[in-house]
Amino acid sequence: MTLAESKLTALVVDDNFVNQTMHHKLLDRLGIRNDVVCNGQEAVDVHCSGRNYDLILMDMEMPILNSIQATKRLREMGIESKIAGVTTRANEGDKKEFMEAGLNDFREKPLTISKLLSILHRLDFYAQT
Amino acid sequence: MLGFGVDRLQADINRLLTSLFHQGVLDEQFLQLQQLQDETSPTFVYDVINIYFDESEKLLRSLRLLLMDREFSDYKKIGLHLNQLVGSSSSIGARRVRNVCVAFRSASELNNRPGCLRGLEIVEHEYHYLKNMMHELFQLEQQRLLAAGVRYPM
Repeated sequence: MTLAESKLTALVVDDNFVNQTMHHKLLDRLGIRNDVVCNGQEAVDVHCSGRNYDLILMDMEMPILNSIQATKRLREMGIESKIAGVTTRANEGDKKEFMEAGLNDFREKPLTISKLLSILHRLDFYAQT
Repeated sequence: MLGFGVDRLQADINRLLTSLFHQGVLDEQFLQLQQLQDETSPTFVYDVINIYFDESEKLLRSLRLLLMDREFSDYKKIGLHLNQLVGSSSSIGARRVRNVCVAFRSASELNNRPGCLRGLEIVEHEYHYLKNMMHELFQLEQQRLLAAGVRYPM
């Protein structure tokens, strides 16, 4: 499988500046244009403004509308973007709650190029050539 | 002859990094961070580590203020701060800091104040050790760049 030139867009939702910077750069490296917001409410607001993304990387631990609430709200709004949750905690209970909120994938931090490629592959973003 | 300084400094950098990996201070995620540095962001590692220092010091100050308060009871806030520290430490490959933050977080989830105080001391110790090592690394990198610049004048 080879990577097609990426026309994908992504939204990074994370309240931590280090993670925002890292995830933004990881996506840039894969040629994925991306925006960054600081919390679940901003993620909802940016969609209300009319923007849409192929992929949303959603940090699990955030204040001001946490990720589970934000994911539910986005799904209620009819947002069909693929949402991948990222977290520092990986227990099964948290994962179940997060997936039931409407996630498509769930990964433990830290994100790496290979984890991101795995997310993209799992969510069928790259076409086989 | 001029290249000898660059080679020696590179060897010093490699030795320091090997030691930090061996001690468990850093893990493979630090290599990921280094791999993200490129011509479009030539100081990416330096920039991200400095963001990490700024953010971590704010969080550590806040944690100390919370725990020093005699009336303290907001363990949830401690947990939120520690989630931040765990996340950012793991993102830059600061393994030992991350691990001691996880232990501290466990104490906060049990509302264990003495455990939290001890956890904070340990986190502060590991954080400052990491910071000192990173400063040493950046100084060596700076010297290597200068030495390389001397070798290839514009």
